[in-house]
Amino acid sequence: MPALFDAVLELADDHLILGHRLSEWCGHAPMLEEDLALPNMALDLIGTARTLYDYAAQLEGKGRSEDDLAFLRVEREYRNLLICERPNGDFAQTMLRQLYFAAFMEPYWAAAVDSPDAVIRGVAGKAMKEMAYHVRHAGEWVIRLGDGTEDSAARMQAAVAELHRFTGEIFEESAASAALVAEGVLPARAGMRPAWDRVIGMIFAEAMLEAPEVPYPQTGGRRGLHGEHLGHLLAEMQYLQRAYPGATW
Amino acid sequence: MVSAEARAWAAAAAVPDPEVPCVTVADLGILRQVRLEEGVAVARVSPTYSGCPATAMIEMGIEAALRAAGFEVRIERALSPPWTTDWITPEGREKLRAYGIAPPEGAAGKRALFDDPVVSCPRCASTATRKISEFGSTACKAQYACTACGEPFDYFKCI
Repeated sequence: MPALFDAVLELADDHLILGHRLSEWCGHAPMLEEDLALPNMALDLIGTARTLYDYAAQLEGKGRSEDDLAFLRVEREYRNLLICERPNGDFAQTMLRQLYFAAFMEPYWAAAVDSPDAVIRGVAGKAMKEMAYHVRHAGEWVIRLGDGTEDSAARMQAAVAELHRFTGEIFEESAASAALVAEGVLPARAGMRPAWDRVIGMIFAEAMLEAPEVPYPQTGGRRGLHGEHLGHLLAEMQYLQRAYPGATW
Repeated sequence: MVSAEARAWAAAAAVPDPEVPCVTVADLGILRQVRLEEGVAVARVSPTYSGCPATAMIEMGIEAALRAAGFEVRIERALSPPWTTDWITPEGREKLRAYGIAPPEGAAGKRALFDDPVVSCPRCASTATRKISEFGSTACKAQYACTACGEPFDYFKCI
């Protein structure tokens, strides 16, 4: 089932890369509560990625493990959405990135709980509830900062200007995922648009933020075309397996 | 005469949660089933959160307890149906409260985007409490404080 392998790998890559990116805040958050919250959220994402990689490895049946898929592929083999690899920037930018992603994944997983695929169904049932927490947490911060001080509002609006161009890609299907949508195994990404627009619209209204027009939407992650930031992330994340191949602990 | 299956259940069910040791894996509802298959004790375990780092510890604890009780062991990780706090037993909830952790309030389900549950303080039972952060010392807990007695406490959040 090569299409299913590819589609599961795409979802796994989204979650691992975003989870790893978010984990970079550990020890650097602006307050203790956030230093607990951000790694907690990162763990949710990485936990979901692990189950998906494990499944992808079984589907592939070539003896690769979840760790091989995570640590022994290069940038062009990664299929994650571009928004997942964007640098943390300031706190406003991180929170907006998490909101954009979670506001999509919550309805996506909610729709996937009826999948005929037992692993997809199992992952979806857990992840949809976790994503609801992520939407709330990130959404509260976007409102607080957007409707905050002059400085926080300016930074929040700058984050929107930086990241909004990556949101269109979230709703695109790859050849693999399109095939699985046709088979009824995965929900159609475009179908999440109304729910995403509603949540983002409501939060932006309260945060007094404007969604900009996007003349040049950014896309390419699903084809392995990434920004320069992904290589640096992988270099750090994969260092140990590259330096000491096969190391376990 | 206690059946071997009942004995295996009792051994596995007594394993404490590594992060919240006042409750057992049976109290939390994460031990779903223990059955015997050709002499091998097969324990079905549901993880709490996708990224809960205790999952592997819990599985090792159950395996060790069953081996100590004289069984060959296989652990099955059951993702579906997903674990929910609704599966925490009434005794489990009381043990959590006695330990200083407010048990989950109400049934797990959809709640409004920015709506918070009413949580009562595990020390003085006041409902005059406020949320400090939805994320606490472990994935399953939020941080609250009681405005009546002034104590901060953990809330086992509803999922």
